[in-house]
Amino acid sequence: MKQPEQNIETITVEDLIHRVHSFHDDGYRLVQISCAQEGDTFELTYTFDRDLALSHLRIPADQETSIPSISRIYLASFVYENEIADLFGIPFSGITVDYKGTFIRTSIPHPFGTPQIAVVKKKPEDKHE
Amino acid sequence: MSKQIIVPFGPQHPVLPEPIHLDLVLEDERVVEAIPSIGYVHRGLEKLVEKRDYKDYVFISERICGICSFIHGATYCQGVEQIMGIEIPRRAEFLRAIWSEYSRMHSHLLWLGCFADSMGYENLFMNCWKVREKILDVLERTTGGRVIQGVNRVGGVSRDMDAAELKRIESEIPGLRADFTELTRIFDEDLTVQTRTKGIGMLPKDKAWNLGAVGPVIRGSGHAIDARSTGYGAYDELDFNPVVRDEADCHARCLVRAEELFTSLDLIENAIDRIPAGEILVPVKGNPSGEYYARAEQPRGEVIHYVKANGKKNLLRHRVRTPTLANVPALVHMLAGCELADVPVIVLTIDPCIGCMER
Repeated sequence: MKQPEQNIETITVEDLIHRVHSFHDDGYRLVQISCAQEGDTFELTYTFDRDLALSHLRIPADQETSIPSISRIYLASFVYENEIADLFGIPFSGITVDYKGTFIRTSIPHPFGTPQIAVVKKKPEDKHE
Repeated sequence: MSKQIIVPFGPQHPVLPEPIHLDLVLEDERVVEAIPSIGYVHRGLEKLVEKRDYKDYVFISERICGICSFIHGATYCQGVEQIMGIEIPRRAEFLRAIWSEYSRMHSHLLWLGCFADSMGYENLFMNCWKVREKILDVLERTTGGRVIQGVNRVGGVSRDMDAAELKRIESEIPGLRADFTELTRIFDEDLTVQTRTKGIGMLPKDKAWNLGAVGPVIRGSGHAIDARSTGYGAYDELDFNPVVRDEADCHARCLVRAEELFTSLDLIENAIDRIPAGEILVPVKGNPSGEYYARAEQPRGEVIHYVKANGKKNLLRHRVRTPTLANVPALVHMLAGCELADVPVIVLTIDPCIGCMER
């Protein structure tokens, strides 16, 4: 069965708290926050559910600018915000439960936010002394 | 005020099949705060999507988890099919629903066994796993795989069940129902189970909602939230009502899972009655372009697979919001204020799957 179309509304970072407040007041449940790389920057998508339908808000993000945490509105968001901070290196301000980079232990800082894999297309020549 | 000490719980612990670390801040025997940290089995599977063909990635998505693998594969396919505008054969949707429910039963029985083990109830553990073997036998017989089935494809499924097999499955259901009745009776009435679970790990209804809990955790706190109610796949045609309990303790979460075993059997019977004849796979040409948040109900709760593509054979992004990750805030809340001896039981009631959670 074909599923309903989903609309993703792109907003500014300044509008985030106000819009999330209105979702909360209208009885929406926070489903998740996801992060995806978009060229050299990132985008964060906040997903809410009410009456079995998903609604999405999207904001641009980068590793230099702090994103206001929505954990004072939806306490559940702290787990997603800590995850995104640890994996992508995007800073959040005012997380109610801030693990300060210790939630996901990675050997390399922010593995999803910086290029980590070097693709070697040519086999390096053997060097013999 | 007593002196606070920190006791590390995990990453290796007898009740944890997978590694998660909790720093338990204690005052005497009482937990004041639990601080989780993960990363021991982080495999970067979401990043791997950038290097693999989107059709091949179905097999990787099934390996996100070793327990609810089938539903991961099906949900990933659902997302890709949606952005490619593929309408898969109705029979394939029914087959996916049947295998999904078998996956749910095998996961719940595994969990019920582990839960019994966490209370030191070895005999009950063995009984749960004995019944689980019957479920795994059906999965192996119909897909070739006991735990990782590998039958999902973008465009449908790769294996069918003939009329004789469907009849055989139907004939086995009364026996399974009798087994489940006996197990549920023990989990519901046994004094050992009641003593260790009733009134422990409370998660009030409003807290469960605010903390974003999903699956049996939120249904055990009185919310009828179940992604199967959205009617994805064949579920729009199956008679389904979520199992909900209001007690909001460890016992309630345990009984939600036990009662869901019966719901799964009902759904399978329902699906066998209504499964249409026809194809099981449509040919898929081209590459996906677009984005979609697909959701499904896993044994542990609602799972979200986000897929984003730009017309190339590799996806740009695949993000999986697993139910265990969504249940971490609820776990942290439930642990605050509990006795140290209750920590293993409470941790298990979210049915933690760390492989899923870290991906």
